[in-house]
Amino acid sequence: MCTTCGCGSGQTKIEGEHEHTHVHADGTMHSHPHAHGHGDEGQDHTHAEHHHHGHEHMHEHEHVHADGTRHAHAHDHVHGPEHEHAHEHEHHHGEGPAHSHAPGLTPAQMVRIERDILGANNEIAARNRRRFEDAGIFALNLVSSPGAGKTTLLVETIRALGAALPLAVIEGDQQTSFDADRIRATGARAIQVNTGKGCHLDAAQIERALSALAPADESVLFIENVGNLVCPSAFDLGEAMKVVVLSVTEGEDKPLKYPDMFAASTLLLLNKVDLLPHVNFDVKRAIEYARRVRPGIEVLQVSATTGAGMAAWLDWVRAGAARARERRQQTVSALRRRIAELEAKVAPAR
Amino acid sequence: MHEMSLAEGVLGVVQDAARAYEEALSQSDKDSRSGTAQRARPCTVRTVRLEIGALAAVECEALRFAFEVVKRGSVAETAALDIVHVPGSAWCMQCSRSVAIAERGEPCPDCGSWQLQVTGGDQMRVKELELA
Repeated sequence: MCTTCGCGSGQTKIEGEHEHTHVHADGTMHSHPHAHGHGDEGQDHTHAEHHHHGHEHMHEHEHVHADGTRHAHAHDHVHGPEHEHAHEHEHHHGEGPAHSHAPGLTPAQMVRIERDILGANNEIAARNRRRFEDAGIFALNLVSSPGAGKTTLLVETIRALGAALPLAVIEGDQQTSFDADRIRATGARAIQVNTGKGCHLDAAQIERALSALAPADESVLFIENVGNLVCPSAFDLGEAMKVVVLSVTEGEDKPLKYPDMFAASTLLLLNKVDLLPHVNFDVKRAIEYARRVRPGIEVLQVSATTGAGMAAWLDWVRAGAARARERRQQTVSALRRRIAELEAKVAPAR
Repeated sequence: MHEMSLAEGVLGVVQDAARAYEEALSQSDKDSRSGTAQRARPCTVRTVRLEIGALAAVECEALRFAFEVVKRGSVAETAALDIVHVPGSAWCMQCSRSVAIAERGEPCPDCGSWQLQVTGGDQMRVKELELA
């Protein structure tokens, strides 16, 4: 486990997916999540795309050699969907060349690979982004420390915009579905992703959540990240932009303390400005600090509880949604023109 | 920050590369034995060389610790982690030139302006592997 934030993987839970445990004939036990879609027909089980019947698992083996040496080792299996059991065993017979299978035949070789550590995440993020662009969805990744007021801000945003714009929300938290419940109380569609030990949402979790949530074309998708000003900055989810929420009860030096998050964000929402008379928070300095780490960052001052400044934020969301919609419509009309051109070309041949 | 996830990312990249290397080896075995099917040779990863930028917000000690944990039972079980540090650099819009910075939020070392655009030192890459 990570010494800094305790994050790890493998404990993601997405609402609507159930954990199953299977026991195979050979005694192997493994569990995997999958989604049920109980439609009117009753029993249609729509399995999310991550539900592979293949699985990976570990075995411990003990070998007894001819000379009586006994040793145990672990190895991985990857079973394909066909359940073929052709195992490639990796034997690690201790250290040193004495036990290697072909001593001297495979001299060490440097292989340059130059691959991004987060390359796998970035590929899925690119897929998500493509999906958003194709559907004209304006996707925002909301980041902040815990308690900055993201959920209240979202609830008020949905109340104000929900009638005019289709909206959906993906809620990320380590545990509980409290936030998704609050969003659903407004009538908007929401799905909760529990990251378990994870301290951030990643692109694969969003891809899974998208298959369950199926946001409408030309809608606005708010992704409320796990409350954490550190880790989510590195994980692209495929969003159009990141919006960082900083509340005036925190401290104006946060942009300098957590520069990566502010450097990664397009918009800074300074929240809870109704509390300014009661706290020692220098707005000017906070903005100046944010612009030190990201010179061009846009700033809006809002109070989700009193509604102060909300109009400008709502306009900002509407403008983003309009841009995404326009881009899609331009693509669609460009494709229509192209089809018409091609049809005109083949018409004489018919 | 999220060094456990990063270590898992490193291992994923290493496993892919090792698998490709094993396949290439077994292919060349097949070729040299005129088509006789040959068991893929298990390969060992001796060194994993990473390139981590000063502005990538990676705690290298935590990453080393996490990698020690995730590599167990994998092809990289005995691999040593070698981290190459890359200094941060940025374009100063006032000076119109590239300057060195140690972290985000630092001013230009020459003119003191914060009008900087990070241009390098934010990477986290698996640079190369030593395979045997």
